[in-house]
Amino acid sequence: MFIPHSEQETREMLGSIGVKSIEDLFRDVPKAYRFPAIHIPPALSEMEAISNLQSLAEVNETTRDLVCFLGAGAYNHYTPAAVDAIIRRGEFLTAYTPYQPEISQGTLQAIFEYQTLISRLTGMDASNASHYDGATATAEAGVLAYHQFRGKRTKFLVSCAVNPQYRETLRTYMAGICNICVTGDESDHDPLEDWKYLLSQIDTNTALVVVQYPDFFGRVYDYTELAEVVHENGAMLAIVANPMALGLLKAPGEFDADIVVGDGQPLGLPLSFGGPYLGFFATKNEYVRKLAGRLVGETVDHNGKRGYVLTLTAREQHIRREKATSNICSNQGLMALAATVYMSLLGKNGFKQVSELCYHKAHYAAEKISKVKGYSVCSGKDFFNEFVVSCPSDVEEINHHLLDHNILGGYNLSNDYKKLGHHMLIAVTEMNTKDEIDALCEILEEVNHD
Amino acid sequence: MTEPTIYELSSKGRPGVTYPEPDVPLAKLPEGLVRKDLPFPELSECDVVRHFTRLSSLNYSIDSGFYPLGSCTMKYNPKINEEAARLPGFAHIHPLQPIETVQGALALMYELQLWLAEISGFEQVSLQPAAGAHGEFVGVSIIRAYHLSRGDSKRNRMIIPDSAHGTNPASSSMNGFEVVPVATDANGNVDIESLKSVCDDNLAGLMLTNPNTLGLFDQNVMEVLRIVHEAGGLVYGDGANLNALLGIAKPGMLGFDVMHFNLHKTFSTPHGGGGPGSGPVAVGKHLVDFLPGPIVTILEEGNEEVPPLFGFEMPKQSIGRVKAFWGHFGVMVRAYTYISMHGPDGLRKVSEFAVLNANYIMSKLKGTYRVPYNRVCMHEFVAEGKWEDAPDVRALDIAKRLMDYDFHPPTNYFPLIVHEALMIEPTETENKQTMDAFCDAMLKIAEEAHKDPELLRSAPHNTPVGRLDEVKAAKDLVLCCWIPENE
Repeated sequence: MFIPHSEQETREMLGSIGVKSIEDLFRDVPKAYRFPAIHIPPALSEMEAISNLQSLAEVNETTRDLVCFLGAGAYNHYTPAAVDAIIRRGEFLTAYTPYQPEISQGTLQAIFEYQTLISRLTGMDASNASHYDGATATAEAGVLAYHQFRGKRTKFLVSCAVNPQYRETLRTYMAGICNICVTGDESDHDPLEDWKYLLSQIDTNTALVVVQYPDFFGRVYDYTELAEVVHENGAMLAIVANPMALGLLKAPGEFDADIVVGDGQPLGLPLSFGGPYLGFFATKNEYVRKLAGRLVGETVDHNGKRGYVLTLTAREQHIRREKATSNICSNQGLMALAATVYMSLLGKNGFKQVSELCYHKAHYAAEKISKVKGYSVCSGKDFFNEFVVSCPSDVEEINHHLLDHNILGGYNLSNDYKKLGHHMLIAVTEMNTKDEIDALCEILEEVNHD
Repeated sequence: MTEPTIYELSSKGRPGVTYPEPDVPLAKLPEGLVRKDLPFPELSECDVVRHFTRLSSLNYSIDSGFYPLGSCTMKYNPKINEEAARLPGFAHIHPLQPIETVQGALALMYELQLWLAEISGFEQVSLQPAAGAHGEFVGVSIIRAYHLSRGDSKRNRMIIPDSAHGTNPASSSMNGFEVVPVATDANGNVDIESLKSVCDDNLAGLMLTNPNTLGLFDQNVMEVLRIVHEAGGLVYGDGANLNALLGIAKPGMLGFDVMHFNLHKTFSTPHGGGGPGSGPVAVGKHLVDFLPGPIVTILEEGNEEVPPLFGFEMPKQSIGRVKAFWGHFGVMVRAYTYISMHGPDGLRKVSEFAVLNANYIMSKLKGTYRVPYNRVCMHEFVAEGKWEDAPDVRALDIAKRLMDYDFHPPTNYFPLIVHEALMIEPTETENKQTMDAFCDAMLKIAEEAHKDPELLRSAPHNTPVGRLDEVKAAKDLVLCCWIPENE
């Protein structure tokens, strides 16, 4: 399909190699297993292939056709057109990892700017060049904490209000490190209790405490007191943050977090059925040399001209091999570029504006829903753009009814929390208009009357 | 001219993208939790677009030239892949939507699982891993879970050939395994005696890249698989070099137990300056229950009138979830597009011509550059970037000088078992003229190395910046932009 050789050229090349046919190049492959048949559909031309893909795509109902109140870790925000225009440029899209800095300054400077924006947004000293997503960044926070204490502290304390998928990923990553115990989110808790129940469980065997901001239920808390107790016990505090919330809310660095991680999807990345997204990871200077993943640093060339290189590479797997703490190699370079362009385009004021729009619209929606008979809001008053709604009937049923009216309802919390049957997590962004929110409430009311 | 940073371009009060005024009453902001300042730059859309466009011009890329980058499979990335991934029905669906509303996406994932299993000769595939190294982590976790499920808890050693990528040992130690190296023999194969000497009751498995990083198909592969299996271990196949094997051999049929794919290498999805990748993992029948999940399955069979209902299921003894949601769906769409445009014959041609191209370049260079393992290679080969009669020149100098001829350098200093290694992988998408021009440049550089070594040692000369001071970067450690004081 994309092979450019004419028959004549192929013959010349075989001649130069000194073999008669292409088949002759594969004699090292055991004969009984050589050239197996592959049973997949025959090749399509570009025209046929895209038509087939269009048919598959058209089967899906999109957030452009539906009004979306679904979040739970991925959010329907508006992305200015310039973001995609930049990341589609072949010079960025089809470049390799910038191991050769002389011909990769574009990628390197963009990552350097990304690191700066993430550090400023989270209020931390430094950021790496990205992880796969929020879940794996959270897991890597665990890996860092494990190595920080050289395995001598064995308890990770995780709030049950941390995204359930992130907790699950952290546990998978820790499975091979047999003495680590991930605890604190046992199902006998009232999941909606605030984080303070964690305080009594922090001890000198605790390596890491993980909380979320806003938490999985949308609530925002001041974690200053938590950070104090964590540090009194010599442990580390990781805060999982929604970057969009940080346009309005205090940076987690102000609480004295040691690590701030999260998913950068709200920063201009399409929902794309769950990926590729962007895991960000920011920390204090003292942990920079223990940070997994790539880092870009500023330097000069032999003429004194400013330039950028991948730095502290001696931490990484291609140098340290089995002594590296993480195996990460490919990261989310292009997604980090998209987030950089997004944050630059919105800037100081635009970013704050979007953050505030999410906040005000979510609060309007919560206020309105709490007045619908049978429904109540259980995220208190301090939440960002998501909140928990206690519903009069099964969430699946309600969502089914909403879908009939082209509304994508909230996340069914009973999927992850047994004690939260009939509880829905509703997300509101700048994309939702007042009319849409009013319509949602009208239909919720109908469901109650059914 | 140095491109300023976004902070240096910023001007206080300059408006960027604007959004609508709120159409709802303003709520009270949370007390004590509102941030005082957001230290972001202030730029116009035009400022931003020009800045990143200028930055893009400082990059080398596949769209602008040839990357003979060993082990990285930098093939042409078809433009139609980008169109496909941006179809609204794929780009604008939420990962937690009811499955009834995303049947097209699930059908695509289901079919891709089947295709990858068929191409590689395995039973089942999980699309969740985000990149090659992530897939390796998963594969090694599966090996661990398999032994533990049999009550076999003493198997704590993973054998890794000395030619392997650094991710292999790192993936093993992340899973708590002790890494045991095994040597390469004079023909570039796994040394059988060395392998036998480390196979015992503590063996968990072997991580094997085949073709290996020397670009050679292991002539002892069947014997290697037998020895490891007889010792009770499993064999992990590193799929980084799968571009040599499409329609040529199926690792699952050879006897490998588990393998990862790099959709961003073999199946043409763009590298994006370092990601996103996608690293699906395939396993044999005996390991299906351990796959990370959820994976896509048919919940209700279809018939002539009704299509099947696709949904998710968690494998019974799954190692668990390894990331949020279902994997890099956008990357899967691109790989699906690529495979559907190749079909069985097209895929075999991909590998045939990738191997032809590598052997062609080797045939033209091997009189000038020493090739330590002189055999027919697969999709790549390794040459030495040094000469006894040009003692001042190293592989690094050759790599840097190639930039002046407008080529990306080959992978250098890897694999570690070849001194001053230059690892060259042209891929199937390069035409003969490009390869000839590359070989001419390599031969010219060899000449320069002898006549004017300083020309190489100070290279590159024609790039946006010269050689950079990496020691200073690590010592001074500046990881964020300087922010002007008026900010």
